[in-house]
Amino acid sequence: MTDSKYFTTTKKGEIFELKAELNSDKKEKKKEAVKKVIASMTVGKDVSALFPDVVNCMQTDNLELKKLVYLYLMNYAKSQPDMAIMAVNTFVKDCEDPNPLIRALAVRTMGCIRVDKITEYLCEPLRKCLKDEDPYVRKTAAVCVAKLHDINAQLVEDQGFLDTLKDLISDSNPMVVANAVAALSEIAESHPSSNLLDLNPQSINKLLTALNECTEWGQIFILDCLANYTPKDDREAQSICERVTPRLSHANSAVVLSAVKVLMKFMEMLSKDLDYYGTLLKKLAPPLVTLLSAEPELQYVALRNINLIVQKRPEVLKHEMKVFFVKYNDPIYVKLEKLDIMIRLASQANIAQVLAELKEYATEVDVDFVRKAVRAIGRCAIKVEQSAERCVSTLLDLIQTKVNYVVQEAIVVIKDIFRKYPNKYESVIATLCENLDSLDEPEARAAMIWIVGEYAERIDNADELLESFLEGFHDESTQVQLQLLTAIVKLFLKKPTETQELVQQVLSLATQDSDNPDLRDRGYIYWRLLSTDPVAAKEVVLAEKPLISEETDLIEPTLLDELICYIGTLASVYHKPPSAFVEGGRGVVHKSLPPRTASSESTESPETAPAGAPPGEQLDTVPTQGDLLGDLLNLDLGPPVSGPPLATSAVQMGAVDLLGGGLDSLMGDEPEGIGAPSFVAPPAAAVPANLGAPMGSGLSDLFDLTSGVGTLSGSYVAPKAVWLPAMKAKGLEISGTFTRQAGSISMDLQLTNKALQVMTDFAIQFNRNSFGLAPAAPLQVHAPLSPTQTVEISLPLSTAGSVMKTEPLNSLQVAVKNNIDVFYFSTLYPLHILFVEDGKMDRQVFLATWKDIPNENEAQFQIRDCPLNAEAVSSRLQSSSIFTVARRNVEGQDMLYQSLKLTNGIWVLAELRIQPGNPSFTLSLKCRAPEVSQHVYQAYETILKN
Amino acid sequence: MIGGLFIYNHKGEVLISRVYRDDIGRNAVDAFRVNVIHARQQVRSPVTNIARTSFFHVKRSNNWLAAVTKQNVNAAMVFEFLYKMCDVMAAYFGKISEENIKNNFVLIYELLDEILDFGYPQNSETGALKTFITQQGIKSQHQTKEEQSQITSQVTGQIGWQREGIKYRRNELFLDVLESVNLLMSPQGQVLSAHVSGRVVMKSYLSGMPECKFGMNDKIVIEKQGKGTADETSKSGKQSIAIDDCTFHQCVRLSKFDSECSISFIPPDEEFELMRYRTTKDIILPFRVIPLVREVGRTKLEVKVVIKSNFKPSLLAQKIEVRIPTPLNTSGVQVICMKGKAKYKASENAIVWKIKRMAGMKESQISAEIELLPTNDKKKWARPPISMNFEVPLAPSGLKVRYLKVFEPKLNYSDHDVIKWARYIGRSGIYETRC
Repeated sequence: MTDSKYFTTTKKGEIFELKAELNSDKKEKKKEAVKKVIASMTVGKDVSALFPDVVNCMQTDNLELKKLVYLYLMNYAKSQPDMAIMAVNTFVKDCEDPNPLIRALAVRTMGCIRVDKITEYLCEPLRKCLKDEDPYVRKTAAVCVAKLHDINAQLVEDQGFLDTLKDLISDSNPMVVANAVAALSEIAESHPSSNLLDLNPQSINKLLTALNECTEWGQIFILDCLANYTPKDDREAQSICERVTPRLSHANSAVVLSAVKVLMKFMEMLSKDLDYYGTLLKKLAPPLVTLLSAEPELQYVALRNINLIVQKRPEVLKHEMKVFFVKYNDPIYVKLEKLDIMIRLASQANIAQVLAELKEYATEVDVDFVRKAVRAIGRCAIKVEQSAERCVSTLLDLIQTKVNYVVQEAIVVIKDIFRKYPNKYESVIATLCENLDSLDEPEARAAMIWIVGEYAERIDNADELLESFLEGFHDESTQVQLQLLTAIVKLFLKKPTETQELVQQVLSLATQDSDNPDLRDRGYIYWRLLSTDPVAAKEVVLAEKPLISEETDLIEPTLLDELICYIGTLASVYHKPPSAFVEGGRGVVHKSLPPRTASSESTESPETAPAGAPPGEQLDTVPTQGDLLGDLLNLDLGPPVSGPPLATSAVQMGAVDLLGGGLDSLMGDEPEGIGAPSFVAPPAAAVPANLGAPMGSGLSDLFDLTSGVGTLSGSYVAPKAVWLPAMKAKGLEISGTFTRQAGSISMDLQLTNKALQVMTDFAIQFNRNSFGLAPAAPLQVHAPLSPTQTVEISLPLSTAGSVMKTEPLNSLQVAVKNNIDVFYFSTLYPLHILFVEDGKMDRQVFLATWKDIPNENEAQFQIRDCPLNAEAVSSRLQSSSIFTVARRNVEGQDMLYQSLKLTNGIWVLAELRIQPGNPSFTLSLKCRAPEVSQHVYQAYETILKN
Repeated sequence: MIGGLFIYNHKGEVLISRVYRDDIGRNAVDAFRVNVIHARQQVRSPVTNIARTSFFHVKRSNNWLAAVTKQNVNAAMVFEFLYKMCDVMAAYFGKISEENIKNNFVLIYELLDEILDFGYPQNSETGALKTFITQQGIKSQHQTKEEQSQITSQVTGQIGWQREGIKYRRNELFLDVLESVNLLMSPQGQVLSAHVSGRVVMKSYLSGMPECKFGMNDKIVIEKQGKGTADETSKSGKQSIAIDDCTFHQCVRLSKFDSECSISFIPPDEEFELMRYRTTKDIILPFRVIPLVREVGRTKLEVKVVIKSNFKPSLLAQKIEVRIPTPLNTSGVQVICMKGKAKYKASENAIVWKIKRMAGMKESQISAEIELLPTNDKKKWARPPISMNFEVPLAPSGLKVRYLKVFEPKLNYSDHDVIKWARYIGRSGIYETRC
């Protein structure tokens, strides 16, 4: 007799039959009927009408029947809350049963019934079960607390279950401990601020002990919980690591990955010079490789994680290239991931092997895989210069196969190779041109057009080639249209005589017949450039392009750090932070790696850090001129290199206006006939729509200012604070502040005479300080200061004084003398007065520098309660000479990359992460002199909050 | 944590559906069916995100097992759990076929209730589960109180896998060293990658709670233990092997392995996998495949493959199978082989050459002429690698079991009384030669 027959009841009227059977006297028949009900439920039929009849079967000695009824209850109780109450009695009774299995079953099931009335009755039995003598009941009750918390969090707190749960962490049975940890971790996630888990060295010790004894699943819960702990110093981190490493030999891959997570995170705190650090690195590689012999689904999870680990610590797997070679029978998802890691690990040492493999892959069947392999060859060429030649010849071989998608992919990567090694491989252009007709994908067409335009002078029939594309201009995708426009303009600048007609044709197509604003704008720019100053046009259009960087699609450094904290979880599989795929507040707590202990100043956690700054003293101020300017000039005027689309489009718009303002009249003087009538619209009128700013004709004036912005800008000025109270200085009260205007720093002082006698003969002197601040002129108080009189003086400062590192870095000791005495006081100056106006770093330089500065120099801070959006932030910071180099939007978050330079030439790079709607920002600072980070952060805080 | 678990048949009909969390609704069942099972394209990832709900799936004999969640769960754990669930089901009713699932659906629900609580995996050792969940109804009604508490302490206890009070007349244990040797070789005979993944499987009939200690010829272990007795180190040093990495069954005390390199454990009373390991150095490759493919014009291929056995002549390899892929446009094949049988299988696009037995240090060869239909297909034939299967009575990694000592302090039998058996089997994993 088998159970499968229950799946085949499809007759009409079966509900009535079932009802009769459920109420039958015969036990066997009853059980049969319940089974049928469950089978119907499984396939998705609504059997809720049978609720009372099924619940009636609950009071039985037959455990199998009981479990089935419970299963039914869990499914339908919510839809029939009033009737579900009928079941309460049985539950409560079962919780007292002498058999621990039945007690546990009752408490387990009760927690799954989401009906308020039942929940109330659950409290007492649950309390008993949490203290049950049998560990099986306790471990079930521990999970039940989490269930109850999910239904009614308040109730759990009120009833004190959380404390009982905490006690269970010290339970003698390891499985009880594991479940308690799991439950507490989950509850803690929904209360990020509460210190529910209360991890301290003692409790960590308990967890580590339980780790050795509990089941594989329990080990995972405990390791995942440990990963949330931040050890107080490197010694503690090391001792935890030592106790976690044995887990790397566990047969369960999840245990291994969770252990890797703990180690990767705590390694951050260990000094690289430590012997142990090296040992640990060596220990990580073998288990990661072993994961690749697991089942394919787990391999996939492992590979996604290895991808992260390789980016964070390339040294771990640098010798393990071979294990990532693709096997013929690997599922496609494993193949693609392996390929990705192969490219990341490619280096001069192993490039020959890698290339041989990639060539092999390029002949496989799966289209995606082949494409990726071809692209990988190109990436190798860019990454390892020595191999470039071999890569190019391999690509040419592949083009000879004439397989359509291979050819297209190869052309796309060859374009990148040209960008990296200009004027080196032009000999292949002829071969590329042969395949022009077979290209049907926009990316490949655009790449080919780019190549033709870039090397127009070497291709005899470049004009014919481009003309052939022009015929179907309107059917092309935007990408191709833009590329075609640029390529033809390049061609025109290189061979002006033969191609005048062509360029006019494309310009009118782009400006008159297109609805695409990007295309139109670009068309206008070229048009005006060409018609006003062809020489300038040549300089702009044919300018030398910055080299492309070798590593592509690297994960954002802060995102990478966050993902390292999520090793093994879904976030690490998706390569997205949990907030991107988890609903609501659950599990969206932002995690970050612990700071390094080596740099002592940045170890303060973000919460405690602002305590050093005096935020309370700083009141609202009237926005200075700089602020206003910044808001209006809310534009990134950086060079339009390939970058985030948002920033570039803003640049392009700005550029149009810049040109328009000055060139308008010039254009009018050009009767050549290129300027179509529709085009003469005055730029100022067209601009506001683009910018969305309520400024009309004034705009051109504003833009005149742009050249001056750099020098004119004044940074934020804090209100004056009392530096020297009258009590301490025999009646002289000094308050003051620091300002930076137009590149010069000054100390604005207010001297008040609160004594009864006249004060004269003022002089001022500074002690040596970190940045060499010194008065640039003597303190000039022209008239004697009579009692109750106040005088305002601005003392210009220079940074040419002698330098001595002070503690804190930004403290300044000042001596003021008058006819009465000499007085001393010390004050802190805000660091942003030291930010120089030419602190904008080139985008490429920025990228390189960011990578170049070691990770331990990175410091992370939290800026709280700042309601500004990215634009406002950027402009406000710019007015204090913190420049936004680039801006990206990642997963809905705005990432601002900023640079600033101090008077002594120290560069500070910053990454500011802004989540729309979230008033706290994350600021990561990288600097070769990490001790300034803390003060830069304070400067940020001051500028943004005022 | 896991929000729900569904099992579908190949058509996408639901066989089992168990929801653990409130955030998973009934529509999740359909979402997976529509977006994954019935998807037009091939499945591109074992993890799918549909409308902020993540689905993990594995396939077992055409049935889909899917775990669903809305949280940022430990992905590795979910897959490990799904595999474990398959193991548990297989231990109860054999193959995970649609029929078996339907026949045992009540049992499956019962198991799911036990091994997953609110989405948290609980004890999933079949040995422990079988003590209180059986196919013939529930035992517990007839159990005494002692028995009950014994069950619960086993399920939750430190040693969840072994019952107390087991007695055997004859204490006996079997050790199988099972290795699969993997190879990827270039047409020129250069080893591109090779590794052995091995398992030590133990089946024991031992009374009581015996403490066991396992020893093998691993370099590190020998060096560590050989301290002081320099003689032994140099003597056995020659034959010791370098294990890249190993993992152990949960009964092995990992902290002890980490500190003393000794493998000690109390074995479960069933067949279990004591350890898994991987080696990459000094691997014995039992067979060498030498391919020769020649394209004669556009319509003919000539293939010659030589295989050489590379182990002691006294040993016999078995179940040898060489699979030579043929192009899709093959119209006819003529094969001549010196030994065994060879056949062209059109449905598999391959020539399959089978040899029952072959002694060491021998060689054999096959030659084939493949007729091709002329095609317009521009794309070249991808030439998949030639793969090979075999079984040899040796461990290609060179691993040797040195000892397995048994101590049972409470019962009066000693290590000498235990009858021990060990055997070595080397099988081909993915053993491929490109041509």
